[in-house]
Amino acid sequence: MTDPSSAPAPLDGPGAPLQSEAAVLAEARRRSRRSFIGLGLAGLAGIGGWKWLISQPADEGIPRPLRKVLDANSHLTQAYFKETRLAPEFARSRAKAPRVNGRVGLAQELDPATWRMRVQGYGTGKTQEFTLADIKALPKVEMTTELKCIEGWSVVVHWAGARLSDFLARYPLATRSGHPADPLNPPADLAPYVGMRTPDELYYVGLDMASALHPQTLLCYEMNGEPLTAAHGAPVRLVTPLKYGIKHLKRIGTIAFADTRPKDYWAELGYDWDSGH
Amino acid sequence: MKQLVEKHPLAIRWFHWVNFPVLSLMIWSGLWIYWANDVYRLGWGKTTLVKFFPQSFYEAFHVDHKLAQGMSWHFVLMWVFFLNGLLYVGYTLFSGEWRYLLPTRHSFKEAVLVTLHDLGLYKKPLPLRKFNGAQQVAYTSVIIMGLGSVLTGLAIYKPTQFGWLTQLLGGYEFARIIHFALNIGYVLFFIVHIAQVVRAGWNNFRAMVAGFEVVEVDPATHQVVAGPTSLPAADASLSPK
Repeated sequence: MTDPSSAPAPLDGPGAPLQSEAAVLAEARRRSRRSFIGLGLAGLAGIGGWKWLISQPADEGIPRPLRKVLDANSHLTQAYFKETRLAPEFARSRAKAPRVNGRVGLAQELDPATWRMRVQGYGTGKTQEFTLADIKALPKVEMTTELKCIEGWSVVVHWAGARLSDFLARYPLATRSGHPADPLNPPADLAPYVGMRTPDELYYVGLDMASALHPQTLLCYEMNGEPLTAAHGAPVRLVTPLKYGIKHLKRIGTIAFADTRPKDYWAELGYDWDSGH
Repeated sequence: MKQLVEKHPLAIRWFHWVNFPVLSLMIWSGLWIYWANDVYRLGWGKTTLVKFFPQSFYEAFHVDHKLAQGMSWHFVLMWVFFLNGLLYVGYTLFSGEWRYLLPTRHSFKEAVLVTLHDLGLYKKPLPLRKFNGAQQVAYTSVIIMGLGSVLTGLAIYKPTQFGWLTQLLGGYEFARIIHFALNIGYVLFFIVHIAQVVRAGWNNFRAMVAGFEVVEVDPATHQVVAGPTSLPAADASLSPK
C-alpha cells in the first residue's frame, strides 16, 4: 500500500482534535439504536400497509387498491395509444395453428346456416342481424401477427377477415346519430366501449373503442388460409393483436355498445380489464 | 483510536431498503406469472439439466394458479421498483456518489483479484476504500440489470405500443427470456451479496442501516489505519506493490 493514490487520507485536518473513544462508542450506540429502531418501524409499517392492502374488499377478484392501479395503468396506456401504431407482422411461412385454449361459450351445437351476428345500435337499442356473407362482402384483410396468450406463450398466426372499423363505417351502429365510425376522425357521439358475447352469453369481452376501431382489429373468419374451425371460433371471431388472446372472443353472437366498461369474463376473475398491448 | 466515519448517505440507505422487499415481491409475483407458461430450462436436445421449475418447488411454495394475482401485484409494484431505482440513480449522479460506484478501467482487473482474495488464492491486502473493483462492477451491473428488467418488462407488457422496443430486444419471446434470466441474475446476486455481507461483518452491515462505520485512526496523523473508509479517491487502483 505504498501507492499514494490508494493511501487513506486523514479523517480531518491534522490540527482538529479527535473525539475520545468513549464518546465515539456512545455516539455509535446512540445512532445504531435510532437507525435500527427506525428500520424496524419502517418494516412494520410496510407489513401493516401490505396487510391493509390485502384486507381491502375485492373488486372482481383482486383487492380494490390493486384494481385501481391497473385501471390507472390502462388510462396511461390509452393516453399513449395511437391509431397508427401497428402490431408487427411476420412472414406468412411462420404461421402455425394456435392451441385451443378456451371452450367457454362454445358448448352448444352451431348451425352455420342459421347463425347471425346480432348488433345492437348505440343509443337506439335496435338490433340488426348480419350473416357471414354480409361480413365477407366487406373488404377482406389478411395479416400475419403474433397471438399472445395471457399465460405467457405466443404464436404467429395468419388471419383473414373484415376490419371491425370497416363494418362500423358501412353499418354506422356505434354512434347515436348514425354517423359512420371513422377511426381517424371519430364522431363526437361515438360509443366509448363495445362489448361482445357468445350466442349462449357464457363468454363475453369488453373493448375500448380505440382498440375496436384499430385497423388490425378484425371480424375474423379465416385462420391460416382455412375457414375457422368450431374450436377456433367459427363462423366469426374477434382477432386483435392489441389485446391478449382472452379478448379474442370466439363465435361472436352479440355486439353491443356502452358508455361504461362492458363486463368481461376474465376481468371478473381478477385480470386487468384492459389487457391491452 | 476508534472514530466514526460516515459511509452511506441516508438516501442511499432508504433506496436500498425499499428496493429489497419490492424486488423480492416483483420476483415472487413474477413466479406466479411464470408458472402459467413455465417452459424454460437449461439443457440441450432432450437432456434437461435444470427445469424452471420442478413441480415440487411450486407445491412447496404454493406458486400455482395465481396468474391473475401475480399480474396485478407485478403491475402495481413495477412503479415502486422503477421510481425507487430512478431516484437512486438520480441521487448517485447529483450527490457525486457515482464516483465510488462506477467501475474505472482498473476495476475489472481488481475485481478478479478481489475474487481470488475472497477464495483465499490471493494473499495481499485489498485497497482501503469504499467500494473495491468487484463491488463497483457488481453494484453497477445490478443497476444495468434493473434497467434491463424495466425495458424487457415494457417490451412484453405493451408489445404493440412499444413494438420498436420489443423488436430491438429480439422479439416478444426473446424479451420474455431475458426478463426471466434477469431474475435468476438477481437471485445469484443476492446469494453472493449476503455471503459477502456476512463475511464483511457487523461494522459493514450496520453502515447500511445507521450510515457510519467505526474505524481505527492513528491519533498522531489522523490516518485511518484499519477499516474501510469512503475518503480515498474512488478511482484509486489496487496497489501492486
